[in-house]
Amino acid sequence: MLEIKNLHVKLEEEDKVILKGVDLKIGPGEVHAIMGPNGSGKSTLSYVLAGREGYEVTEGSAELDGEELLEMEPEERAAAGLFLAFQYPVEIPGVGNMTFLRTAVNAQRKARGEEELSAGDFLKIVREKAKTLKIDADMLKRPVNVGFSGGEKKRNEILQMAMLEPKMCILDETDSGLDVDAMKLVSEGVNALRSAGRSFLVITHYQRLLDHIKPDVVHIMAAGRIIRSGGPELALEVENNGYADLLDGVK
Amino acid sequence: MALPQVKQDALAARLSGLSAPAKGWTQAARAAATDRLNAQGLPTRRDEYWRYTDPAQLTRPDVSGAAAVLAPSFAALDTVKLVFTDGVFDAAASDDPAAAGVELLSLAGAADIHWAQGLYGQLETRGSSPVERPLAALNTAHAREGVLIRVTGQAAKPVSLIYTQKSAVSDVFLHHVVKLEEGAEITLLESGTPGARFNTVLEVDVASNARFHHIRTQGPDADRRGLTHIFAHMADNALFKSFTLTAGGRLTRNEAILEITGDDSVAHVAGTVMGEGRDFLQDDTIFITHASERCESRQVFRKVLKNGATGVFQGKILVKQGAQKTDGYQMSQSLLLDEDAQFLAKPELEIYADDVKCSHGSTSGAIDETALFYLQSRGLPKRTAQALLVLAFLAGTLEEIEDEAIAAEVHARLEDWLHGLED
Repeated sequence: MLEIKNLHVKLEEEDKVILKGVDLKIGPGEVHAIMGPNGSGKSTLSYVLAGREGYEVTEGSAELDGEELLEMEPEERAAAGLFLAFQYPVEIPGVGNMTFLRTAVNAQRKARGEEELSAGDFLKIVREKAKTLKIDADMLKRPVNVGFSGGEKKRNEILQMAMLEPKMCILDETDSGLDVDAMKLVSEGVNALRSAGRSFLVITHYQRLLDHIKPDVVHIMAAGRIIRSGGPELALEVENNGYADLLDGVK
Repeated sequence: MALPQVKQDALAARLSGLSAPAKGWTQAARAAATDRLNAQGLPTRRDEYWRYTDPAQLTRPDVSGAAAVLAPSFAALDTVKLVFTDGVFDAAASDDPAAAGVELLSLAGAADIHWAQGLYGQLETRGSSPVERPLAALNTAHAREGVLIRVTGQAAKPVSLIYTQKSAVSDVFLHHVVKLEEGAEITLLESGTPGARFNTVLEVDVASNARFHHIRTQGPDADRRGLTHIFAHMADNALFKSFTLTAGGRLTRNEAILEITGDDSVAHVAGTVMGEGRDFLQDDTIFITHASERCESRQVFRKVLKNGATGVFQGKILVKQGAQKTDGYQMSQSLLLDEDAQFLAKPELEIYADDVKCSHGSTSGAIDETALFYLQSRGLPKRTAQALLVLAFLAGTLEEIEDEAIAAEVHARLEDWLHGLED
């Protein structure tokens, strides 16, 4: 599904290298987690994959189903099936959540040569999916993320994911700012989307999210590299001992 | 002090070919306006409120332009339509004015009507001090066309003034007077381009407990050169709301001069502007005077400018002595789509009362890159995402329109025009 090879990335504006050779391979239907201390490059990896400006790829590649992602515009990556759930979902005053969702869904359908959804069909689908995420009609009507609580913003991200039906989902610290109940709700939303054809990359600081979204593989990232990979037990090790031991082991 | 020779010459050149009606009930007002004009001369860039906007295109003797063909605004609404073609009232193309449920006459056709006599040119005169507005005086002296509306209760329908332009050299003056008696309410709509060049004055007297709503669209023709003035006076507990959507044109200056002398009144002036290209200049010049207690005024303007377009905002709130508990708000914002576009803002507050709340702000910025990336990451092509953000920015002012059907109509126009701007 997603194959990242020897990815090196620096900031465009300054000579700061953030990713120093990341290798990662995620198969169809797999859930991988990336954990790591602050500043290790986790969020940069998610932004670079989604196509945010401000980063320069100096070496390496990232392919989604054999297609080179790094040469595409952000919207082309989305149409190819990539989805990034933001750590800080952006507030967009003046743009209704529903308008936004419908424009996004239809833009992707159009890019893939599919027929656009009618207003009626769209409404039916969005209401159904919103209900399971406990997103009420009012939240759908309000401007995108404006005045949403932290939990509402993250649930709104998952709703977008559910509507867009991507094949590769990246969750960038989706657990940050969530209380226990909200984390459960968001995790259930994610788990409902798990399928044989859909893969996940879950970026998190804490093991607790991985209690809800059970990963197949856990990677530890530090200083721009993946320093260790293993099963779910690796996350428990981090939870119990912190990153220090792992980092020492590498040195 | 006598006017300098160069100013006298410019004025004489502008007046050549113009003539005032020789008789009638407006004579005294016209004579007084002519005197003011002769004392002041035409504005130049040296005048304080014309520094950002060169008035030359409005003051030069000759007019050249292109005829504009515009799809009508507000067509879906049930209104009384009054059509002016190249500045002349076209009764045959208009609805029966009686359907509005108000007293309504065309200025050209009005014999001695006592209610307008004390208003025609009077609010303009009051609004031309302390800032001189010689082009408004020029209008009062020379306008032959316009509507006179007196409202005594709830108007049955909105009155929609539709301007169509056929001539490429029409030089149009329109002077409207609206008088709302106590407790009356009316909505006045304006759309279209009155002429190749136009100078309009709208005088509105809002009595106690009366409510006046004004919504207009300008454009999106390419060649418009126009100056509009609103002079309004408000008594107690009165409401005045004016909203303008402007697109295209070369030079559009909209002046609104509002004076509140009654307590507990509300005055809102808002506008949304889309401009493109080096030849585009749009200017909102507002002057709101608070002379009474517990009144609220709001100025809300948003402009999107691209490819070297220029937007101007000059807004002033004057709070006179004794106008306690005044709540004045002023916000002008621009979205500059490239580095060539510019927004010139001059917010002014002048306050002589000690218990007031007045705030003002002005911002200028590019499209929010983070929001743009967010939208793109959800699959919206960059241009679609940009258009959506521009629409969201501009549509923010539409909240100033009370009537939902009219707001929806204006929103639809806005979307159409933005689409045109994108192509």
